[in-house]
Amino acid sequence: MNVLTFAKWAAEMAPGWILALPESLQRLCFQFFQVFVFENRWKFFTDGLITTFVVTIGALILGVIIGMVVAIIRSTHDSSRGKPNIFLRIINSICKIYVTVLRGTPLMVQLLIMGFVIMVPKSTFDTNVCAIITLGINSGAYVAEIARSGIMSISAGQMEAGRSLGLNYRQTMSYIIIPQAFKNILPALGNELIALLKETSLVTVIALQDVTKAAQVIVSKTYTATIPYISLALIYLVLVMILTKLLGILERRLRESDKR
Amino acid sequence: MINVKGLKKSFGDHEVLCGIDEHIKKGEKVVIIGASGSGKSTFLRCLNLLEQPTGGQIFFEGTDITNPKNDINKLRQKMGMVFQQFNLFPHMTVKENIKLAPVKLKLMTEAEAEEKALALLSRVGLPEKADAYPGQLSGGQQQRIAIARALAMNPDVMLFDEPTSALDPEMVGEVLEIMRELADEGMTMVVVTHEMGFAREVATRVLFMDEGVIAEQGTPDELFGNPKSPRLRAFLGKVL
Repeated sequence: MNVLTFAKWAAEMAPGWILALPESLQRLCFQFFQVFVFENRWKFFTDGLITTFVVTIGALILGVIIGMVVAIIRSTHDSSRGKPNIFLRIINSICKIYVTVLRGTPLMVQLLIMGFVIMVPKSTFDTNVCAIITLGINSGAYVAEIARSGIMSISAGQMEAGRSLGLNYRQTMSYIIIPQAFKNILPALGNELIALLKETSLVTVIALQDVTKAAQVIVSKTYTATIPYISLALIYLVLVMILTKLLGILERRLRESDKR
Repeated sequence: MINVKGLKKSFGDHEVLCGIDEHIKKGEKVVIIGASGSGKSTFLRCLNLLEQPTGGQIFFEGTDITNPKNDINKLRQKMGMVFQQFNLFPHMTVKENIKLAPVKLKLMTEAEAEEKALALLSRVGLPEKADAYPGQLSGGQQQRIAIARALAMNPDVMLFDEPTSALDPEMVGEVLEIMRELADEGMTMVVVTHEMGFAREVATRVLFMDEGVIAEQGTPDELFGNPKSPRLRAFLGKVL
């Protein structure tokens, strides 16, 4: 692989109008060219972005499912009067341990353990799966606590009203408690989603080619760090801003019933 | 209709109900009065097992509801309940609040429930609020909707847990009016309330609860006109 030099670029590739600019700007243009255009390097970024999206969405879905299940188990246990049955107490303890362990160890370490001890993926597809599972399980622990706080925030009267109409526990949960809890936790859930998106950058440690890895590869090809890493930061920033906007729209929709 | 035998309820070491025997017959309007902490709300909430009794039995239409083998959800469908805090579902419109249980429990089709909801809303005098959300309504209106929601299940008995205690004074009348109409139509009702006027007018029987037992009971005339126990006399002295 040849490293493109400024001199070579200026002599062979640069269009005339750039060469008319002051030298500092010429050098900046050269860097952009080197990072994005030369040898179609922008493809590293787009391919990396796809991986980032896939991992984020996969982990989000898994995390929300795990989190909701754990939250429902935990709050069912905590709200049952008297002594809950032995089965529920065992599951509740398992959930507690899960939350403690996953929140008590760094995500990076969890990825290393999943990637090099437990799953040891061989193909790119397996690595993707490994990343989704690890991030999903990790995120689930946080979502569980968020969702639990949401369920707890609904007054006991709502459960009583549902039950007094003859709905069973599960029906009352799914038609009355969870829809209201979901609305209450949406901002916190949004935070978690944003954190999750940014944390996907850690999957580079199990050699997954996400957008962060793309920037690193380009740095190693061009021996220049400024443009790739600043661009990388801007990419994440734009993604987070889009997400924030979408969450805001969703939140406004759900707030429909609050108008007075 | 409701037969209570030796009902006991403790919260930890604190015994709230100390053995209650009571028979409520079809069509009766039973009003329970008593000082706060006397156990009257707990007694009412035991009747549909929102509180799990620690002792005794409760038979509803011949079925022992305290027996875990009997499906409490099925039994609750026939016992409407109205709460002090209304407990409407804030994320649903008024109409959806009323339709939810009949539709989800497959007792009515969507269309039947819709018709029923609109009929009940006219009955409680709020037909124009069908598509409003509970947060947009006054306390009195919310409580009338809550009554409509309970009636949508076609219950055999209605339990009222201090239905007017959380209302501004000017809204108490509209809720009592609906309850009075309901009583006139022959609904069996058990009402915990501080509204002595309502008790006097509507009740067929008044129970005075004190320290976890029914200390005295009788027709409103007997109880209010000629209270026997000193506790009841003291209580009435304070509230009347």
